[in-house]
Amino acid sequence: MPEERNIQYVEASVEALQEEMRRDSSIFYIGQGIGQRGGNFKQSKGLWEEFGDRRVRDMPISELGQVGMGVGAAMAGARPVVDIVFLDMIMEAMGQIVEQAATIHYTSNGKFKVPLVVRAAMGSARCTGPHHSRCFYSWFAHIPGLKVVLPSSAADVKGLMKTAIRDDGPVIFIEHKFFYNKKGPVPTGEYAIPFGVANVCRKGKDVTILAMSLMVWHALEAAERLQKEGISVEVIDPRTIVPFDEQTLLESVRKTGRLLIVDEAQQFCGFSAEAAAVVSSKAFDSLDAPVSRLGALHTPHPFNPVLEAAMLPSVDGIVAEVRRLVAS
Amino acid sequence: MQRMRQFELRIQQTYRSGVMPGFIHLYVGEEAVAAGVCAHLSREDYVTSTHRGHGHALAKGVPVKEAFAEIWGKPTGVNGGRGGSMHIYDPSCGFLGTNGIVAAGIPIASGAAMAASLRGDGHVAVSFFGDGAVNNCAFHEGINLAAALMLPVVFVCENNLYATETPFHRVTRNTNVASRAAAYGIPGIGIDGNDVLEVHRVAGEAIARARAGEGPTLIECATYRPLGHFEGDPGTGYRPKEEIAEWKLRDPIDRLALAAMQAGLVAEAELRDIERQVEREIEEAYEFARLSPEADAATVTDFVYA
Ligand SMILES: Cc1ncc(C[n+]2csc(CCOP(=O)(O)OP(=O)(O)O)c2C)c(N)n1
Ligand SMILES: [Mg+2]
Repeated sequence: MPEERNIQYVEASVEALQEEMRRDSSIFYIGQGIGQRGGNFKQSKGLWEEFGDRRVRDMPISELGQVGMGVGAAMAGARPVVDIVFLDMIMEAMGQIVEQAATIHYTSNGKFKVPLVVRAAMGSARCTGPHHSRCFYSWFAHIPGLKVVLPSSAADVKGLMKTAIRDDGPVIFIEHKFFYNKKGPVPTGEYAIPFGVANVCRKGKDVTILAMSLMVWHALEAAERLQKEGISVEVIDPRTIVPFDEQTLLESVRKTGRLLIVDEAQQFCGFSAEAAAVVSSKAFDSLDAPVSRLGALHTPHPFNPVLEAAMLPSVDGIVAEVRRLVAS
Repeated sequence: MQRMRQFELRIQQTYRSGVMPGFIHLYVGEEAVAAGVCAHLSREDYVTSTHRGHGHALAKGVPVKEAFAEIWGKPTGVNGGRGGSMHIYDPSCGFLGTNGIVAAGIPIASGAAMAASLRGDGHVAVSFFGDGAVNNCAFHEGINLAAALMLPVVFVCENNLYATETPFHRVTRNTNVASRAAAYGIPGIGIDGNDVLEVHRVAGEAIARARAGEGPTLIECATYRPLGHFEGDPGTGYRPKEEIAEWKLRDPIDRLALAAMQAGLVAEAELRDIERQVEREIEEAYEFARLSPEADAATVTDFVYA
């Protein structure tokens, strides 16, 4: 076993940036309030002090301009990391992400690479309301050319950030603001986690749960409770939805025969539908029950705590749905 | 300028014959801008361009044959025919793309300038865009960022008075694009964009300032598009005939030729020689593109991910 320390998710992400920026002087970091302030979530703490204003630069409130600059700099040989802070604000920059960053490698016939990381934090952190809670990952998965990363643990955020920075194409790197300050074990030495390799977070034999980001935590908590009832749950975190590790999911479903997909984003037309389709078309014979999905309701995020709880998937909801699946 | 002009006319002819897919926007009449600006750039400098970008591509050094084949969608094109007219890219000469999205190249140029400035290699970026771009947020954000960071970039507006069929004065209260530079605390200058010598002089100063670390400049070039917005648009329904005729008299190539002859710098025969030389070059490019094979459908999923 490699040596580990218990550090915050956000600290692990900063370590990755720090180590990569020391290694490669073409990496720079831009975003709002990420300089001396160190970021809303402390997600860039210490970078400005170490690398200075030239490589760690506060931005005006110009999301499209920031990403556009990232695209141009990446085409011109740099490796920019653009911090959007709240994923909600990424909508302001969609044109540059979709039409430029994602597309240029293809339309240039591979002549221009766009090694750009766009980083942002998603999700509800309890009543953060419609403009500070969104989970837009499926939007990006739909765009050819973008890789989409959803780290759910401190160890993963560090290892995946390193891979994101070293990737030669644009990567949408989406953390969850709810667990930025939660601690987890992180290896001490150098490591990177490859894209497209799912993590089997918990082994089980009765039901498979596929979950991303914060929903992995919910699924693990539900699995713990269900264990006491004698239901054995396997929890799979794809870690990146593009590329998507179909194999690990299919193997698990072939073993358990039951699948629940938990999705913090609105379920309609989202990634959970894609994953369900993959399993239905490639492991249909192994299924003992129809694939089930638990996602957010098709509403904006309400501010009111009662309404918000009604809108989002919960641990209780997961427990109930797994019971139903096992009984069916 | 001759190369750009004849290239565009040959593209127009080819397109009209029905063999070229897609749709194209021609740069005819605006050549002085690309020529005057790009004369100051090396292959290591960067340019972002527009939907009307064939001229910028040639002026920045994209090979004529490969540009022709690209616009024709042939696999021998500079981007394998994958991009076409509005997606011409060439890293070997710092050409960061024509662009199907109005104003999108502006912040991209700022970013290229940022990369150059981090390296401290003295290279600059130039962004060309139309009057249609200046009311878009990418214009504001891209220029403000470049100004805030004092980046080595020059913003060149080709104000041809119309965005498709919409006259500029109908969609903004301030039609003086150069004056908008004041909003960003950078120099702004309006010039005759059909006078290549004036473009050359002013762009030279702006580019020298950028190289010296003195930050960005906004240059507004007054110019005109005598043809339609795209090939197929007669371009007459929304503009007075007199206006078109008047601007044709200010053709940038004719003006330079006349000035050069009057100054005794060149004889008419020499100009004809240049024309014929360019004609041969363009004809070769046309033949190269024409004889190129069709794309192989099996390559459709290549290059999606780097
Ligand atoms: C963001 C965006 N909106 C709309 C269009 C459609 N469109 C293509 S060219 C054009 C007009 C552009 O005018 P201008 O920038 O003045 O350039 P010109 O065609 O005059 O050279 C428009 C509206 C587009 N390509 N991009
Ligand atoms: Mg115009």
